[in-house]
Amino acid sequence: MNTATTVRWHTVCPLGRLDLDRGVAALVDGVQVALFRTTDGLYAIENRDPVTGAYVLSRGIVGSRHGVPTVASPLHKQVYDLRTGDCLDLPGVCVTRHEIRCRDGMVEVRLRQEE
Amino acid sequence: MTGGSVVVIGNGMVGQRFVDALRSRDPQGRWRVTVLAEETRPAYDRVRLSAYFDGASDDELNLHTPYDGVELRLGEPVSGVDRARRVVTTATGEYPYDVLVLATGSSAFVPPVDGAGLPGVFVYRTLDDLAAIREHAQGRRTGAVIGGGLLGLEAANALRLLGLTTSVVEFAPRLMPVQVDTAGGAMLRRYVEELGVACHLGVATTGLRPGPDGTVAALELADGTRLDADLVVVAAGIRPRDELARSAGLDVGPRGGVLVDDACRTSDDRIYAVGECAAVEGTCYGLVAPGYAMAEVVADRLVGGAATFPGADTATKLKLLGVDVASFGDAHGTTPGCLDVTYTDPATRVYARLVLSDDATTLLGGVLVGDASAYPTLRASVGGSLPDAPLALLAPAGAAGATAGALPASAQVCSCNAVTRADIDTAIGDGCADVAALKACTRAGTSCGSCVPMLKQLLDAAGVTQSRALCEHFDTSRQELFDIVRVRGIRTFSRLIAEHGRGRGCDICKPVVASILASLGNGHILDGEQASLQDTNDHFLANLQRDGSYSVVPRIPGGEITPEKLIVIGEVARDFQLYTKITGGQRIDLFGARVEQLPQIWRRLVDAGFESGHAYGKALRTVKSCVGSTWCRYGVQDSVGLAIALELRYRGLRGPHKIKSAVSGCARECAEARSKDFGVIATETGWNLYVGGNGGFRPRHADLFATDLSTEALITLIDRFLMYYVRTADRLQRTAAWIEALDGGLDHLRSVIVDDSLGLCAELDAAMARHVQSYSDEWRDVLTDPDRLRRFTSFVNAPDVPDPSITFVTERGQPVPVGGRPPSPEHRQPVTLGLPEVRR
Repeated sequence: MNTATTVRWHTVCPLGRLDLDRGVAALVDGVQVALFRTTDGLYAIENRDPVTGAYVLSRGIVGSRHGVPTVASPLHKQVYDLRTGDCLDLPGVCVTRHEIRCRDGMVEVRLRQEE
Repeated sequence: MTGGSVVVIGNGMVGQRFVDALRSRDPQGRWRVTVLAEETRPAYDRVRLSAYFDGASDDELNLHTPYDGVELRLGEPVSGVDRARRVVTTATGEYPYDVLVLATGSSAFVPPVDGAGLPGVFVYRTLDDLAAIREHAQGRRTGAVIGGGLLGLEAANALRLLGLTTSVVEFAPRLMPVQVDTAGGAMLRRYVEELGVACHLGVATTGLRPGPDGTVAALELADGTRLDADLVVVAAGIRPRDELARSAGLDVGPRGGVLVDDACRTSDDRIYAVGECAAVEGTCYGLVAPGYAMAEVVADRLVGGAATFPGADTATKLKLLGVDVASFGDAHGTTPGCLDVTYTDPATRVYARLVLSDDATTLLGGVLVGDASAYPTLRASVGGSLPDAPLALLAPAGAAGATAGALPASAQVCSCNAVTRADIDTAIGDGCADVAALKACTRAGTSCGSCVPMLKQLLDAAGVTQSRALCEHFDTSRQELFDIVRVRGIRTFSRLIAEHGRGRGCDICKPVVASILASLGNGHILDGEQASLQDTNDHFLANLQRDGSYSVVPRIPGGEITPEKLIVIGEVARDFQLYTKITGGQRIDLFGARVEQLPQIWRRLVDAGFESGHAYGKALRTVKSCVGSTWCRYGVQDSVGLAIALELRYRGLRGPHKIKSAVSGCARECAEARSKDFGVIATETGWNLYVGGNGGFRPRHADLFATDLSTEALITLIDRFLMYYVRTADRLQRTAAWIEALDGGLDHLRSVIVDDSLGLCAELDAAMARHVQSYSDEWRDVLTDPDRLRRFTSFVNAPDVPDPSITFVTERGQPVPVGGRPPSPEHRQPVTLGLPEVRR
């Protein structure tokens, strides 16, 4: 495992490229990441839908369930907690979270290897 | 004796009902049941026999339920009953019984006229009869029905649907002489003749004459008239099948039928008779409801009960050739001293008659023609006081407003299954909270369905409210949200949820609101905040596939396309390496496009004159067509031209669900218009409009809504139908379910968009005019706007890198995905299959 790449912050795009309540896909060190901007802040999870294996989570609808910020897979509508990556519909299913922040108007992502 | 061996002869509706009733009363299986059936099909719904011509499958009509301890032997007619040995004999065996139940039904009565045995002469009794009629009708032009009663008019409609010019010959001076009176019969005749069915009343058929090929060719009537008829259906009445009983020495009634007492017991107390073959204290009943009641009586007796036949409710409500006809109680006013209240409106073509007791306080019976919406309430009120002033009840849609909540506990709500208001109230008290639960628990509403609106009213009257909340963010239904958005002029989701909801929204409410905003004309669906509401298909104006790629469907109105345009599609597919497939909607789907390729593909298509086909939207999809009168030797109207006009008129219209349509140029119906949300079928003089059909998980044929319309009148009705649907349906509710859920169903719909009963038509017309005027191609609008275009990138930080997860292999010469795979088993969600419990 190349730990250097897991700790490095990658600059992805200007904050303005992220629409409110909508995702985009980014390619960070060869890894597909889904980035979301909501009024609560920024979230990054892996772009791969674990149920179908397709790289589509960035194209899901963003919303909330019982106050938790969520995205729904556009394929079969399973809902994921954007903060934890846990699937709220299928017990035991989750997606990897990545770290995301905004520095000087630029969105930055740091990949996280799942423990 | 409450156990042993019971043999049932006959597996018709009543025979099957007896088995059902016995099984539910005898859960321990003390009775072993053997059913011997003459037909080779298990029990089917003979009341809906004509649905066969609407394309209903055997499965849809099937009534048979297999049970443990019940043996069904099909195609095994009984040849004799040996009462001394208590044995039933068939060609292949002997069946000993402790109790025998005769459920042999009836046969069609064929009057002894010359030529009745000619090929091409049929009765209208079994599915095999109908299959033979359909086969004989192929390539023939004229048909006649002998008998203008209920069955005769059903048969006439069937011949009409098979494309035959049809006549009805009735010996009595009016149609449906048993059910309706003279004035009602006259109104009915107007309806029927307007549909092109010629009526010859008060005249006997004297003979049937063959043509040169030996099949029937004409009818001769007593008044000297000669009617051309290449196919004849005899529907002149039925006769009970009592021959087994006669040869076994059982008593029969004075006019036939196996004579039984009020326990349905024959002159041999080991033998019962039920249904149309039985003469209860001398009277035979040709309706299913009394037959069901007899089946229940015998089942009760076999488990030690003392039920008796309660007397028959001979009330009838049916739709014949699109006309509502109902008759109930003392319809002909034979009670001494009774009073009549009649209502005739030649303008709306409604006839109604109420028969009241001599002091005008008690309802005795009535006849309704043209509008039978008052039927459920009136029928349930027979023998009791009127729920409202007579004239208020008879005026169109009058009693539809009278609520079932006013009915007494003893009133029968569902006459098909003998369910009273008290039964319904008990079920509600036991926890039934919706119509589906009431149906499962009481069987009310499970046969003809006409009492379903009353079930809803009784739930309301009991204070049961069902949640109409869309999701956790909105407590309102889609229809209520639509009205809120429309009336308050709300243009954004954030304002709507702030003022009328809670939280941030979700994948349920956001697309609903997006659709509402689009229906009300709020600019391009990707503009501003609206973009964040769209499902991925709408967001990328293409259809997401399992591997994360998209498919592209350009509009091909009516399925008509020039060679040049076909070549362009071929070139685009070749250049972008897309998989191509012809769709069921007569267009071409191009699969395997990545998001960043979509605008490039659209550019090529738009430049060649194509536009978005909205395959991605909950929107109008296609209007299919057959080739029509331009080429087809059978076509009577230009179906392609109309389909194109309709598709161009309604393109881009967003609704609660997808909307599909088709136009057929003649009654052969090659465009399959009756499987569509709205379907149009050409007639010699115009168009017939059908609504509420769909394919999919629960296929359903559309219902005839209006006939022989001019093109202009047709478009007006479709405009209103679509706009009313868009405004009032629930989320993901296709038109069929929407119509079923409307209080009053199709009749209500007709009153709103034909008779303008809610005063909405002008508004609906204006809304559609706005839609037509403001239509603009969504693909072209993206291509001309850099802000919209920027969404179509693979990666925000690497727009030149195609998604590496999308790769293809070649199968049958075309690219197909390797990236997608079916859900792995551990992620499949379990589905519990439950059977509804039937209690009594």
